[in-house]
Amino acid sequence: MSASPALPAVGGQPAKASWILAPSSANTVGLGLILLAGALVLLKPWLPDALVRLPSLFVLPFADALNWLFEFVKDDLGFVHVTRAFAGAVEWLLDVTGNLLYGKNRWPRLEPIPWTVVAATAGCLGYWLGGWRLALLGTGTFIWVAVLGQWQWTMETLSVLIVAVPLAVLLGLCLGVLAWKSQRAERILNPILNIAQSLPHFAYMIPVVIFVGVGPKAGAIVTIIFAVPPMIRMTLLGLRKVAPEVVESGEMCGSTRWQLLRHVRIPTARTEILIGVNQVIMQSLAMVVLASFIGMPGLGQKLLQLLQSLKIGRSIELGITIVLLAVMLDRLSRAWAMRQPVHFDKGVPWLQRHKVLVAWVVLCVGFYLLAQVFPLAAEVGRRQALTLSKEFDAVVDVFLTFVDPVTLSIRAFLITSVLIPLRDAYLWLPFSAVVIFFAGLGWRLGGWRSALICFAFVGLISMSGWWDRAMITAYMVSFAVFLSALIGLPLGIWAASKESRARRALLACDTMQTFPSFIYLIPVIMLFGVNDVAAIAAVIVFGVVPMTRYTIEGLRGVPTSLLEAADMSGANRWQKLTRVSLPMAVPTIMVGLNQTVMFSLFMVIIAAFIGTQDLGQEMQRALSSTDVGKGLVLGLCVAFMGLLVDHLITQWGARHARTAGVSA
Amino acid sequence: MSVISCRNLWKVFGESAHTDLSRALQSGEADYASLVEQGCLPAVCDVSLDIARAEMLVIMGLSGSGKSTLLRCLSRLLDASSGDVVVDGQNLGELDKKGLIDLRRNKMGMVFQNFALLPNRTVLENVSFPLQMRGQDRHTRRARALEVIELVGLAGREDYFPRELSGGQQQRVGIARSLAIEPDIWFLDEPFSALDPLIRRDMQDEFLRLQEMLGKTIVFITHDFDEALRLADRIAIMKDGAVEQIDTPDRIVLQPATEYVARFTEHVERARVVHAGTLAEPMAASVAQGDTVLETATIHSLARRLVNDTREHYVVVDEAGKAVGQLARSAALDVLLGSEGGAA
Repeated sequence: MSASPALPAVGGQPAKASWILAPSSANTVGLGLILLAGALVLLKPWLPDALVRLPSLFVLPFADALNWLFEFVKDDLGFVHVTRAFAGAVEWLLDVTGNLLYGKNRWPRLEPIPWTVVAATAGCLGYWLGGWRLALLGTGTFIWVAVLGQWQWTMETLSVLIVAVPLAVLLGLCLGVLAWKSQRAERILNPILNIAQSLPHFAYMIPVVIFVGVGPKAGAIVTIIFAVPPMIRMTLLGLRKVAPEVVESGEMCGSTRWQLLRHVRIPTARTEILIGVNQVIMQSLAMVVLASFIGMPGLGQKLLQLLQSLKIGRSIELGITIVLLAVMLDRLSRAWAMRQPVHFDKGVPWLQRHKVLVAWVVLCVGFYLLAQVFPLAAEVGRRQALTLSKEFDAVVDVFLTFVDPVTLSIRAFLITSVLIPLRDAYLWLPFSAVVIFFAGLGWRLGGWRSALICFAFVGLISMSGWWDRAMITAYMVSFAVFLSALIGLPLGIWAASKESRARRALLACDTMQTFPSFIYLIPVIMLFGVNDVAAIAAVIVFGVVPMTRYTIEGLRGVPTSLLEAADMSGANRWQKLTRVSLPMAVPTIMVGLNQTVMFSLFMVIIAAFIGTQDLGQEMQRALSSTDVGKGLVLGLCVAFMGLLVDHLITQWGARHARTAGVSA
Repeated sequence: MSVISCRNLWKVFGESAHTDLSRALQSGEADYASLVEQGCLPAVCDVSLDIARAEMLVIMGLSGSGKSTLLRCLSRLLDASSGDVVVDGQNLGELDKKGLIDLRRNKMGMVFQNFALLPNRTVLENVSFPLQMRGQDRHTRRARALEVIELVGLAGREDYFPRELSGGQQQRVGIARSLAIEPDIWFLDEPFSALDPLIRRDMQDEFLRLQEMLGKTIVFITHDFDEALRLADRIAIMKDGAVEQIDTPDRIVLQPATEYVARFTEHVERARVVHAGTLAEPMAASVAQGDTVLETATIHSLARRLVNDTREHYVVVDEAGKAVGQLARSAALDVLLGSEGGAA
């Protein structure tokens, strides 16, 4: 190849020049739009009303349309019969697991499995998957549950998981294969998944209530629907990642297409698919706990009742159970995903090869027999159960007497001098300025296409008729995200400065991310009571985790050679951090910010139940009146806010990668 | 008779960029430069070659020369853009799915650069995989797989998983798998490139041993010219999708057809490649007496003889002891020491 003589022979020069040319026009337009937005804000007192709030003429009755659509699908198309039939099948399965786990009076009408047997099973499974530590975790969790007398609720929750997880996995696997096979299916599925993964939990519940009703089966079905998207994604990812050579080797062995899928592609994608299973389990647990809002009995319902009656000690007990359950399920399923096959040497006897299986059978039989003799081994009754709630309450009381003055003053200060002014400021903003601002930002980051997308997102929110509520949500989320970043960033930098500390911090973040979001409400209610501050505190605690985590990962991902180069250039620690590490880590940190926003949105909506006045509150109202149209419109508003931020950050990342050559 | 023969084979990626590709290829108007100009990526350009039964053809080229693509056209892992591939009298392009699967289940085996083993299966299960695809029962599968595993020297490791084996051992599994169905045609796509140099040498020896025993028709891909010289009956050297020269190692070293080929042969120690048989001329009337020379002996191995035995010609004999020609001492010394006037 010969270099064209017209251009100086500097690598990348032409590409750079064209880059500067194209977006610079975009920059002026974008900047112009942003300035226009600023002008609108400044001129607000003189603006016509139509620019301050969208005239009700343009507020479209999306909710009515959706209601009509749902009614049509449900009654006129008779879809309700399909869903009822499916729900019937799910209910039958739930009855079976319910009978086995906690003795629900349904077919096959057996005695419930003794808790000792369940604990032994979890222990053996843990040992088989990950050695003594997981065995201890598995057994310990169930011993805790049984001894504290929470067996019934835990089993109610588990019986739903046992039904929902395999169904969600199966559904996700099939849809994932479909999306992998057919480009058209993928093109249809992709936007649906995008929206589905940014819809808050509650938005899923209302349609399910309409089609299925309330109760355990509705809980199971909403869980299935909620947990499917990550499975589809991971299946697709796994199938895509199979090395072409491996597929070719399968072809050359004379496999048919089905054999290729069944024997080559899916087994080779095993790890990704099992990570998908792990995500399904975690999503399911989070949803099952929340499904208490639609009459799903179990841990979630109990926790909801206890929180509502402010029984902090008992809530903490239950919270610990949920956390233990989450950590155990996460660790076990992840160990399964990461498990590598190991061969046995020749001549190892059968007993040795299957020692865990044998031990499990022996333990099960043993505990069954034991349970016949000692009822305590079968079930810990309410009266024999221990409780730590008094102790917890005492500790919390002592703790609160010390921190109460602090929290009270924080609360007072935040509410009067920060939150209320901030909220009023958000509400004061003319909607036109917000729409134009985001369009301008989109234009600056990603050209007219992005501008159009941003315009559509914000515009649709304003046309939904829930502008004020959305702005309240926006104010809570943005304030919480700001504080999360303020805490998470330094925390991450501090943790990343030492390798051992970084590893411990990542483990802590991983663990905290497995907790169902509901759990985060317990400590904040304890500290702040029931109000906006508590809600925001919960969001912050929830949002700090991804922020810290991605900061650590970004900083750890900086190539050592670069740091060594900086050292040799005589940079001190501060210079190294600000000039080398942080700029290199920025893309990853932005991914963290993106997740923090998503998490915050979800949490704000959940926190509605402790009394906020945003979209979440309306969504709860929609849920209780089963107003599907309203519920979905509200859900979509939340989803659009999330997608807007996601889009802007993605565009920013792409632009950053183009200019700096650094990507997440 | 040739087992594989391909005629005017083209494989062009990015076909959609070209408005009238198939016509251009068939009429012979297309060439590498014009296709690139159209925005296509020609990977195999107008290749014609024949491979005889039990012959080992090594296709040599640098990365991007189209050698792997050519191999994939010969096995129809890729459909050719134009041209014919005939295997055992069957035109590959005309085979339907079932015919193709049958062909692969019974006649072809392939070894891959990065082993391409199934990570969830043991050595035994990997090796018996093609037999399973063929629908054989567990028992015959196992018996045959154990046989091949023994053949490649992995006996005792049947129950290991691929990740528990070293690279060399993994490739032995790959070789065993490709041999399980007793194929007539054996494709090897840079089988030893991912191995470190010492192991590579062992594996080449092992491979030669197997080939001596099995006598398959082989297409072997490599980017390593020394490997090609060591193993090949014939070498095809590729550049930009086209075959620059296809010939025996001796002839490639002695008479490189193009500048490009000559650059590969420049640093080769020719005396180690060229055999007495290649240099042999027809017998003259005055037959020299005394010790004969085996036609398969390299000139390097004859070095001492050439210095000590001052006769002008030696008789070259084949393995049966029959005279096939005479070797001029001066010509042999030219190869050994390098002739004074440049290329031989």
